[in-house]
Amino acid sequence: MTILVIAEHDNKVLAPATLNTVAAAVKIGGDIHVLVAGQGAGAVAEAAAKIAGVSKVLSADNAAYAHQLPENVAPLVAELGKGYSHILAAATSNGKNILPRVAAQLDVDQISEIISVESADTFKRPIYAGNAIATVQSNAAVKVITVRATGFDPVAAEGGSASVEAVGAAHDAGISSFVGEELAKSDRPELTAAKIVVSGGRGMQNGDNFKHLYALADKLGAAVGASRAAVDAGFVPNDMQVGQTGKIVAPQLYIAVGISGAIQHLAGMKDSKVIVAINKDEEAPIFQVADYGLVADLFDAIPELAALA
Amino acid sequence: MKILVAVKRVVDYNVKVRVKADNSGVDLANVKMSMNPFCEIAVEEAVRLKELSIKEGRVATEIVVVSIGPSTAQEQLRTALALGADRAILVESAEDLTSLAVAKLLKAVVDKEQPQLVILGKQAIDSDNNQTGQMLAALSGYGQGTFASKVEISGDNVAVTREVDGGAQTVSLKLPAIVTTDLRLNEPRYASLPNIMKAKKKPLEVLTPDALGVSTASTNKTVKVEAPAARSAGIKVKSVAELVEKLKNEAKVI
Repeated sequence: MTILVIAEHDNKVLAPATLNTVAAAVKIGGDIHVLVAGQGAGAVAEAAAKIAGVSKVLSADNAAYAHQLPENVAPLVAELGKGYSHILAAATSNGKNILPRVAAQLDVDQISEIISVESADTFKRPIYAGNAIATVQSNAAVKVITVRATGFDPVAAEGGSASVEAVGAAHDAGISSFVGEELAKSDRPELTAAKIVVSGGRGMQNGDNFKHLYALADKLGAAVGASRAAVDAGFVPNDMQVGQTGKIVAPQLYIAVGISGAIQHLAGMKDSKVIVAINKDEEAPIFQVADYGLVADLFDAIPELAALA
Repeated sequence: MKILVAVKRVVDYNVKVRVKADNSGVDLANVKMSMNPFCEIAVEEAVRLKELSIKEGRVATEIVVVSIGPSTAQEQLRTALALGADRAILVESAEDLTSLAVAKLLKAVVDKEQPQLVILGKQAIDSDNNQTGQMLAALSGYGQGTFASKVEISGDNVAVTREVDGGAQTVSLKLPAIVTTDLRLNEPRYASLPNIMKAKKKPLEVLTPDALGVSTASTNKTVKVEAPAARSAGIKVKSVAELVEKLKNEAKVI
């Protein structure tokens, strides 16, 4: 068995989610190859070659792959992937965008967002917003799978010494083009990789009040997240949303502030090790999943917490 | 220009589902069913594009809505008709189909209807797969604008602003193209009573996978479905000081 892992990157830096995806590949067992498709992504290929457990890196460097457009990258992955037993990608917006297109080109069903590997052909994944866990078996010749990063501890980024091989294939479908992007800037840790996450909900009342959460987060070295209610109300940008339709996090500590705890929000954070809820409504559903609950006005509790922590 | 919208009948998003005792699946008997929330957004976007066309003399002229599923999915198609779709197609199948099977059936409908734009939701809240739109795009050879928060048609192209992990990205796709909707694309309208009455008279065609010549065989098998591990009950603390003490000494997370 040989497994192809699609590297997640921005042409400059290898994203940490790749290490979790390689961890899933290690559990499946077999040779692990990593594909770096991009433009001017030499540093990423070098970083991928150092990942513990990786035996080969395929570097497809071409202008057509610069922005990971699925119309161009999927044919490349499908072509290379025919020789592999498994194709894995992180369940990031990129992985989710590209991999189903690859699966359809290979005429196989995909398994989305696995959280555990039972055997080389059997995997567990959450359905119904995490309210049920399905065990799925695949008899496809090539198993196409996206990996939920929080389900697997990352492998070491150093220690490997894989060879880097250039892939000449250039697929340019010519039906799509990149126009531009607007990325939110943040100095805090990335939400999906942070050890501590502080999230605010509708109870924050306005965007300005999030400064209390930022102060607490900076004290704890935490990332700041939000519920959909806070995003829809315009308090914070939508890439901060935690939940079924936003990001899935599983930090050591998740502090939910002014969040009621709707099913869709819980789907994004209920695998956190320790959950703290601060809410003035003691009937809020969030208290049913919280390890530590504090019924209090968040505007009193948060500054006090920041001072004591 | 014709717009095709795919909608799915799913368990209502407010229902807390329970796993069956024999672990064969979740219990959907006597549970409220609705149109998948992302599909509602897809229907709304199609209707807005058509309304915009009427106002600005552009070209979105017809909205065809399609669902693949049991005969009861006609309810969701009628809802879409009441919201502004012109006619409906049901591909009737009692089986639980995989995303690839659904994509193949949709491809057959696309071949038949020749729409310029196909809009789907980004994922269904039951299977949480997030695959069908991308698979349909692959099978039809069209460009895909997934997780769309903005859709603008100009001439032979559609510009799609997409919600990605770090923020937003805009791509331009040649028509025909596939778009999948994210939550912030729009706020779906409610159907008015007169429109619900009118929707009953709009055409609804029923097809079968056999009639479309599509095999729905699957390479995946669900072995079992279990309830997630329950979290042990937590405690309520009385003060911030007690909370900090517990986090430091008991949970050891700060």
